[in-house]
Amino acid sequence: MVQEVVVAVTRCIQIFKSISLIKTVTLISSIALAWQATGAVLPQDRSDAMYHSYQGGGMSIDGPSILLRKKIGNSVSVSANYYVDTISGASIDVLATASPYEEERTEKSVGVDLLHEKTLVSFNYTNSFENDFFAESYHLGISQDFFGDLTTLTLGFSKGDDEICRIGDASFHEKAERQNYRLGLTQVVTKNMIVGLNFENISDQGYLNNPYRSVRFLDATSAKGYQFETEVYPNTRRSNAAALTANYYLPYRASVYAEAKVFSDSWGIDANTYKLGYVHTFGDDWIVELRARHYAQEKADFYQDLFSRSAEFNVRARDKEMSTFNNVSFGASVTYELQFSAANFFKKSTINLDIDHVNYDYDDFRNVLFDAPVGEEPLYQYSANITRLYVSIFY
Amino acid sequence: MKMIITQKTHAFGVNPLISKFKLMLGLLSGSAIVWLLSFGAIAASSQKGPAPDFTLASKEHGNVRLQEQIGNVVLINFWASWCGPCREELPHMEALQQEFADLGFVILAVNVDEDPAKAEILLNDIPVSFPVLFDSKDEVSKLYKVNAMPTTVLVDRDGNHRLLHNGYKSGDEVKYKKAVKALLRE
Amino acid sequence: MRKARLHILLACLTAIGVSGCTTTFEPWVKPYERDNLADIIMSMNRNPVSASYTNHALQAREGARGAEGGAGGGCGCN
Repeated sequence: MVQEVVVAVTRCIQIFKSISLIKTVTLISSIALAWQATGAVLPQDRSDAMYHSYQGGGMSIDGPSILLRKKIGNSVSVSANYYVDTISGASIDVLATASPYEEERTEKSVGVDLLHEKTLVSFNYTNSFENDFFAESYHLGISQDFFGDLTTLTLGFSKGDDEICRIGDASFHEKAERQNYRLGLTQVVTKNMIVGLNFENISDQGYLNNPYRSVRFLDATSAKGYQFETEVYPNTRRSNAAALTANYYLPYRASVYAEAKVFSDSWGIDANTYKLGYVHTFGDDWIVELRARHYAQEKADFYQDLFSRSAEFNVRARDKEMSTFNNVSFGASVTYELQFSAANFFKKSTINLDIDHVNYDYDDFRNVLFDAPVGEEPLYQYSANITRLYVSIFY
Repeated sequence: MKMIITQKTHAFGVNPLISKFKLMLGLLSGSAIVWLLSFGAIAASSQKGPAPDFTLASKEHGNVRLQEQIGNVVLINFWASWCGPCREELPHMEALQQEFADLGFVILAVNVDEDPAKAEILLNDIPVSFPVLFDSKDEVSKLYKVNAMPTTVLVDRDGNHRLLHNGYKSGDEVKYKKAVKALLRE
Repeated sequence: MRKARLHILLACLTAIGVSGCTTTFEPWVKPYERDNLADIIMSMNRNPVSASYTNHALQAREGARGAEGGAGGGCGCN
């Protein structure tokens, strides 16, 4: 009994949370993927120290992210990353059912890249810890250059395991697991253009929803006219994503890039993403980037903002990430490069500021904090600012 | 009334795990095939016979012609400022030049940057005593069928093409030194 | 369907691997013509720490996931 309490306390401390736990693991995959390098040469030696911040939708999340990467000999590169999210505030999902809170999430990652001739093998282990959620994942990537180094083929596999708890409910302990399969092809088309094609298939099993999220159903007997109950998701999910990218070099030392991505999964969510960016240089030391992104998705089959009664269907969701919505973001980055002598140990240092402003517009998720007849509350929308301030050093 | 399709429940069943395992095995064996075959892809084609003659403008040595080097062992190194391994290699080239300069050895570093100014900036940081030639139109690179960056070609005292080395990894300078010594003794 | 996809994938990989074996392939962008491709502004992943954080911040609030990242291009050295 004491043992149970101890476990419950260390794992699930007395506060509520609002960030989708499942999406936390997506971070892990994303971070691991970002480490993939070109074939034929190991990733460049570097260290980065970043301050990141997300402000919007009632949330304030910030913290550091530190990366260290170093080559060992000719064939090996090792890397380690330390990341913290300090979360405070409350999103609409939390405000509708609970009260603001504070929390911290720590993520650590180690990786190794092995190079042999034109083949690069990457391996990464990541774990993420917060008081009610623990996730571990392993990532394997193989990258091969062909056809005079014009073509790069990448295969990737990831396996993730999550353990999910719920604050205030010591008996709640669920698991989820995930496998990702990736295939990527990059092709140099001309001296100035590269195109890429990426596919990813992901399958999840287990407890796949956020244990704090609720659905609402009509209830004439309650004061508000509706009541909340916990979401119930299917215990499997299969998704496919495909992306096409292109980078083009402009003669005055600038570049333009574009990406189009489609997504479809077994929950009925269909989404597409479009990105466009422009990079411009001023002299040898300044790099400026401007970008825009548009994302649109169709809701999951089992999503509804308002159900007509309790347990109307065997699977039900009201998490706004499962709804029909779109978001548009505009961003800019500025980098100042400090070049040192090529004979130095430290070759270059950069100071960078990246800012993105995102606007979310929901088509079937309503803001229940507004006083209105049930089911006629205004549709929710919000905006957020994503800031990254970082210093990098190359050696 | 909306019908919700029941999601198949096979969370921890054995069958889906087997099919996933097969797929993973397939991917891994595919990767293994690719990896093994990559060993075969590295065969470097060695050209035999006289090394093609060329003349290029250099940084501090005026116009340099390969033919005029007959009697010396020549190391032709194709490099660019944007190539990491090339930058790593330069100090080793300088050390090699210093060691064997009196024995009839010369390095001709052919720079292939489209914008030679970039090479000049690098050479300010890593000064070298051997001639740096500018091949911004890639004429000599085409002549020598350069198919890797960097590329090192060794030419003997009679002007014959003797060794071709693609790329550069830390430790390759030992190979160069051995080969140069052997050619100097001929 | 899964099996067919798998077999096609393996066949492609073998074909690519075998053709990578021959040394007669002449790339239309030569290794010494990659000045622009090697430029940092053409990199798919110029700042990995910032990029992966942004991907997370966006993906955490979206239903879609996957197909991030890209590799290739660059100097093609060694």
